[in-house]
Amino acid sequence: MLRFVVRRLLLLIPILFGVSVLLFFWVRALPGSPAESLLGERATPALVAAYKERFGLNEPIWRQYVTYMETTVADRDLGISVATHRQVTDEIRQRFPATVELALAAMLFSVSLGIPLGFIAAKRYGGPIDHGSLFLSLIGISVPIFVLAILLKYIFAVRLGWLPSVGRIDLLIFDAKHPTNFYVLDAILTRDWSTLWDVLKHLILPAVALGSIPLAIIARITRSAVLDVQNEDYVRTARAKGMSPGIVDRRHVLRNALLPVTTVIGLQTGLLLSGAILTETVFAYPGMGSWLRDAIFNRDYPVLQGGILFLALVFVLVNLVVDVAYAVINPRIRYSG
Amino acid sequence: MRGIKLLSMAGAVAACLLVAGAATAGSRSEASPSGAAPSTLIYAGASDPTYLDPALVSDGESFRVTKQIFESLVDFAPGTTRLVPALATSWSVAKNGRTYTFNLRGGVRFHDGTAFNAAAVCANFNRWFNFSGPFQDASATLYYQKIFSGYRRNENATLGKPLYQSCRAVGGLKAVVKLTRKNGPFVPSLVLSAFSMQSPTAMAKYGANQGTIRNGVFAPIGTYAFRNPTGTGPYMLEKWTVGESVILKKNPRYWNKKQPRLARIIIRPISDNTARVQALQTGEVFGIDLLSPPLVATVRGNSRLKVLSRPAFNVAYVTIQSAKPPMNDIRVRRAVAYGLNRQLVVNSFYAGRAQVAHAFMPPSLPGYAKDVVKYSFNPTRARQLLREAGCGPPCKIEFWYPTGISRPYMPDPKANYEAFKASLEQSGFDVQTTSMPWRPDYVKNVNQGTAGHLNLIGWTGDYADADNFIGTFFQGDSPQFQEKNAALDKLLNAAEQEVNQAKRIKMYQQANRLIMQNLPGVPYAHSTPALGFQKRVQGYYTSPIGTDLFKTVFLGGQ
Repeated sequence: MLRFVVRRLLLLIPILFGVSVLLFFWVRALPGSPAESLLGERATPALVAAYKERFGLNEPIWRQYVTYMETTVADRDLGISVATHRQVTDEIRQRFPATVELALAAMLFSVSLGIPLGFIAAKRYGGPIDHGSLFLSLIGISVPIFVLAILLKYIFAVRLGWLPSVGRIDLLIFDAKHPTNFYVLDAILTRDWSTLWDVLKHLILPAVALGSIPLAIIARITRSAVLDVQNEDYVRTARAKGMSPGIVDRRHVLRNALLPVTTVIGLQTGLLLSGAILTETVFAYPGMGSWLRDAIFNRDYPVLQGGILFLALVFVLVNLVVDVAYAVINPRIRYSG
Repeated sequence: MRGIKLLSMAGAVAACLLVAGAATAGSRSEASPSGAAPSTLIYAGASDPTYLDPALVSDGESFRVTKQIFESLVDFAPGTTRLVPALATSWSVAKNGRTYTFNLRGGVRFHDGTAFNAAAVCANFNRWFNFSGPFQDASATLYYQKIFSGYRRNENATLGKPLYQSCRAVGGLKAVVKLTRKNGPFVPSLVLSAFSMQSPTAMAKYGANQGTIRNGVFAPIGTYAFRNPTGTGPYMLEKWTVGESVILKKNPRYWNKKQPRLARIIIRPISDNTARVQALQTGEVFGIDLLSPPLVATVRGNSRLKVLSRPAFNVAYVTIQSAKPPMNDIRVRRAVAYGLNRQLVVNSFYAGRAQVAHAFMPPSLPGYAKDVVKYSFNPTRARQLLREAGCGPPCKIEFWYPTGISRPYMPDPKANYEAFKASLEQSGFDVQTTSMPWRPDYVKNVNQGTAGHLNLIGWTGDYADADNFIGTFFQGDSPQFQEKNAALDKLLNAAEQEVNQAKRIKMYQQANRLIMQNLPGVPYAHSTPALGFQKRVQGYYTSPIGTDLFKTVFLGGQ
């Protein structure tokens, strides 16, 4: 197992190199440049030309890439944002914890509802509950996330006033401490329960909106896995031995059915950690997604390159964790070095 | 299986959270977890500031914050473009037109305790003048370059001869600033937050003059621009959490003892228009800027909310590429002017928040001329002019509009375009459509003069001077406006260098008449942007240039 993990970690080097090359050329394939984006109506041709000269945009693209890699490796950072003029690494440090909290909350929501829903649907195969869960899954997958987000906001924030509509925390909480920038964790560490409650309230609506797609996927995968497993010989044998249906379901059906679900959960978590552009924008949630959205509009090359490279790293690492977790959950699986 | 039980419990908790939220729901300002008194205003803009050294930024979101922390020598009277004293109580210009004497307000201190005096004024002027290296990048000092042209030692061939010559402190409260040439916009431009007075002590202490350019991007190195901006303004920076909020607290030593009226101002970035309005509806913010016209009715329809208007300080116009046939014929340009149904567009797509423009600058600015040639919609006259010019009808032209953008002067470009296209076709033109994303393609083509025969664009003013409108557009060679007019150029140059305000006004009025005769474009709207507020927010004055002051604001019931 250790050899497997080490080998996967070493593979990160060529993967990240490949991603950096692709990213570098992709962002430059976008029409326009940061100069016109940032200067807007004030972008006189002289200013644009001067800007491109300083930005090195008149150089051959391969030379731009070499310069980028040289400065990235030599200075060990990801450059400075064209739009905010801040270090990309500082912005990641600020925004990634917000995205992690939102992704985990969304996964908690989708797993805690998706697995029971899928299980019950399989057990009531062909009945109204099964059809209902399929219908809900279909809606979860097909309703655009921003529509759901706006709808949730309108009902629970604007009309009912139960939950906040924007941000991570009530801005009138002046004394909250954020040593880690993970607000939930910070509130727990500082035993600030009122702030914890406020931060959780801010997470509910974006997490529900963002978790709707994984919820649908998890429910459907769970349903089909349970349907498969409950017809296996060992399940029939257990039933024939006179075990109670509840014990059979828990020990034999669900435990085996959860293996493919685990993989889906891992992959979905990786995707959610990549930032939720629409959800974060609608809820003015200061995570990676809204940051990258602005970077695309601004043709903010350093942010796009650095931010997406970082997210690629996260995605690969999460997949590695999923693979390892898979082996832990299922003792039959052994990875060779 | 314990895992399933845990999952089910977690699901139950997640579902209950929604319901439980209701139990603690309430008006945020009255029932915040910290129990803060309602002496804090939460206000939403569209994005974070870039940073907080006003000399180094040029965007409205940065100025929104720096305008509270810093003050300039002169300012606008609240809600107007009338110059009034600020840190200078009075000023005068010598007969040579190049030497300005500013009499300064006494008893003023910067937030760090440093005295504000003539030496501090000169330190600021000299700081700008001596900028070197990365600080001479246009992305760092755009407004300095625009007004003062160059530095003590220019490091770039595109920079011009500096306008600034020297500054001398006479006693403690008199600063004498000498310019190298006469310049009419000099004093009006000092209203810009970019020319605010900053504490020389704090700037030295926190590295305000350290910056770098890395991969073409300017960035300050010291902490001054991020954590220690130090001015004389009514509010001081308390905390800035990027993406979340800028918190400003009251300056207890502010020179005007009656201000500011609130203990704190919180400015939060909400980029989505609808999200800003919803945050206003839920009470999470007390005021919002950039209220888009389609959402004005939503705010107006809420009994707890109100709409304020920002005075029109912009112009939407149709550029005519007059070097490109058939637009090189004045008769065709006039046909365009008669063929654009401007009243219809203003009535239909601005939610009652605009007026038809007859010049390239707003009527509130000195130099506006009421007696310019006006072109009311007249398809018959347009067709007649086209026949006289030998271009159709139909006369084939290419008309561009931008996509993916909403500007204060042009909330829905496509709607404007379609109405204009229909009215031009009614007037004898055969209109070919080209649309393009605003950033970066559309703006680039407009500025380079390659965006068809006609295109939609506009401008929001930076400071209250005609030079910022028609001077910016038509003075010198501009690829966007290809109409060469030596008389106009000469007039605008003379107006820029004239310091007698009465004479300047006459020159700009004459320039406006010339422009509307020659028609390098057709102005069509001055819009009044909207802001949304909770009704209890009082004392808010909207600045024409968008840099509102919060020092007069208070919450009802205080």
